[in-house]
Amino acid sequence: MNVLTGNDLATGDVTWWTGEGWSIHVNDACDVGDKGNEIAQAEVAARRVNVPYVVDATIDDAGNVRPAHIKERIRALGPTVRLDLSLKPADPTAGNWVI
Amino acid sequence: MYQYDQYDQAMVDARVAEFRDQTQRRLDGLLSEDQFKPLRLMNGLYLQLHAYMLRVAVPYGTLSGKQMHMLAHIARKYDRDYGHFTTRQNIQFNWIKLSDAPDILAELATVEMHAIQTSGNCIRNISSDQYAGVSADEVADPRPLAELLRQWSSFHPEFTYLPRKFKICVIASEDDRAAMRLHDIGILLVEKDGELGARIFAGGGMGRTPMISPEIRDFVPFNEVVSYLEACLRVYNRHGRRDNKYKARIKILVHEMGADEYRRQVEEEFAQMKTLGLDPPLAELERIAAHFAPPAYETGLSDEIDLTDRDFAKWVEMQVAPHKVPGYAIVNISLKPTGGIPGDASSAQLDLMADLAEQYSFDELRVTHAQNIVLAHVKKADLYAIWKALDAADLGTANLDLISDIIACPGLDYCSLANARAIPLSQKIQQRFADLDRQKELGELKLKISGCINACGHHHAGNIGILGVDRRGVENYQLLLGGSGAEDVALGQITGPGFSEDGIVDAIETATNVYLANRTEGERFVDTYRRIGMAPFKEAIYA
Amino acid sequence: MLEFLSLREGKECAELPAVTLEAFSGQSNATAVRIEPGEDARELLPFLERIALVEVNFPSFGDGRGYSVARILREAGYTGELRAVGDVAVDQISHMVRCGFDSFIPDKPLDPEHVEAALTRFPGFYQKAVDGVAPIWAKRHD
Repeated sequence: MNVLTGNDLATGDVTWWTGEGWSIHVNDACDVGDKGNEIAQAEVAARRVNVPYVVDATIDDAGNVRPAHIKERIRALGPTVRLDLSLKPADPTAGNWVI
Repeated sequence: MYQYDQYDQAMVDARVAEFRDQTQRRLDGLLSEDQFKPLRLMNGLYLQLHAYMLRVAVPYGTLSGKQMHMLAHIARKYDRDYGHFTTRQNIQFNWIKLSDAPDILAELATVEMHAIQTSGNCIRNISSDQYAGVSADEVADPRPLAELLRQWSSFHPEFTYLPRKFKICVIASEDDRAAMRLHDIGILLVEKDGELGARIFAGGGMGRTPMISPEIRDFVPFNEVVSYLEACLRVYNRHGRRDNKYKARIKILVHEMGADEYRRQVEEEFAQMKTLGLDPPLAELERIAAHFAPPAYETGLSDEIDLTDRDFAKWVEMQVAPHKVPGYAIVNISLKPTGGIPGDASSAQLDLMADLAEQYSFDELRVTHAQNIVLAHVKKADLYAIWKALDAADLGTANLDLISDIIACPGLDYCSLANARAIPLSQKIQQRFADLDRQKELGELKLKISGCINACGHHHAGNIGILGVDRRGVENYQLLLGGSGAEDVALGQITGPGFSEDGIVDAIETATNVYLANRTEGERFVDTYRRIGMAPFKEAIYA
Repeated sequence: MLEFLSLREGKECAELPAVTLEAFSGQSNATAVRIEPGEDARELLPFLERIALVEVNFPSFGDGRGYSVARILREAGYTGELRAVGDVAVDQISHMVRCGFDSFIPDKPLDPEHVEAALTRFPGFYQKAVDGVAPIWAKRHD
């Protein structure tokens, strides 16, 4: 599927388009189909996101969203070498997900 | 070290106000990202993989205890409690909010610090030798000239929109501790007929197409260096390629037109520019140099060091370098503990190093391009107390220039330009070679890792270099051998097909075994490689 | 909002059609010429006395070749109007003035308040340029 991602303009947080707004959790990302650029333009104009772009992703039965490229997975999680600063600080194996 | 006068302070204060205004216009939507991006880059603010990243300048790698304390404060207040020292002697904070950036710059300005031109297509931080002022092999302290050029290059009206970034390095000894020949312009202070001046190299660099800079002029007197550099930059600004980002550095221009033609054009421009009154009087360089006068060294100090404590002795052996003044020493602080993140320091560690500088080193620290820290003027009598404090703070690793003293860029864990992670690989290599005796057996072995072709980890200049690549979405690593960023400058050669992360650790171990099996007395890894060539290494690695 | 900014303090601004550099060399009566990035300003040096206007095009503000054009012309003694046109925003004005530009036709109109703020922002400059302002090093050693 296609998901839309970007950064919050003021905070720089990595964000994912949920269909209604922006979330820092990749599992909240929705499939934007071919509407990604249209949504991106509107959201940039409203300053609700900075430099958004569409990325390829898959979703499993449990609703876990997995970006296709390792770079986007690291963006979704946080630095694998500082999991304490990532979105999964309590899980020492969280870094394996990016591989 | 240099102290701002009212003019310098007014400039950074004005820059803070300018950036505050630009940031507000961005947040209010009056500036688009395309318009704002070059402006924020010229204040060192990147939009990186996880957040905004701020690169604070440490001019020619020198800072005071007070400034280091401020960096610790910034890390605590605005970031996540740590900073990262880079291969250009700067410091990076990885978790910055755009909305905080103007306040951060304002706080930095209160201690004479800034992030001016640490990114963007302009003249960047001028780097220098971390032993400047204290090494017996220099003809003079290179930092006064570096400071003069820092000012000259700041907000330069003609050279703010160059084809690409521009990096200058100034050193003053034949031993090159700053990779001078791999800079866009490299300057070596030399003496000629009793007069001090600058030997100028241009067109070096790493990245996609690494090149060693050729000499452009063997001697420029100090009172003509500014107009000479204006000529060098003008030729680049006018003729550097603008059609292709990957061919826009001056090294491409010098290579394509040839050093002789580049020199000819520079001399032609210089002949005209030196008549325009662009050069500050020598009195200005002297004014700056007065700030770099040697500190009030004590005399009659002992050169004895009590090495009874074996751990202390190991640290002294590796980390302490000779100082030109009797009774004193240079301390190297390793930011490469086994399994740590190369170049990172927590806010507590930054504060500790600042305290040690204030107490023991005339309030001065240096950042090295190898991502370590130096206390430049330490009494030998104080070494033990310093070591105890460093050791307690995980800053006492004794591995200077050994295989675990790895230079690594932040890589794909932090950087949106990267193709592969560099830090986990660094950690694995360190763990494979964790035994310090084994490391010392291998001796000087400079290992450098870049997560992408931009080469921020200086992999071309590593005795062992590693380049991370993206192979169909999977991280892969190329191995290079035989590079050097020192005065015996050389570009590493690739061994052959790339490896997985575990595979390259094995390949490195194999390479070190080839070295051990073949070396003659006194040969470092790079010396054996140069003598026996790539073939024996390649054969063993790909067997 | 300003579609045309002049800093020429009362001096008139040319409204002549500016010919291309190539056309200029063929026309002995042209007094206004337009320089594109990559063209050599020095081709104009023999004719500076009769030129009333040099227009320097900035198709993209990131292409800084026009700054060298301006400075080269002023260094050679050009005293006529030196105009920056194209992708010129308030954030570039100060540097352009220091390189010798004295009029501007930006693609997007400029807010005069922002222009004033930009021109008065920095109390001094580190380099000697062609704007006649004494650099900081000169003030230090008066």
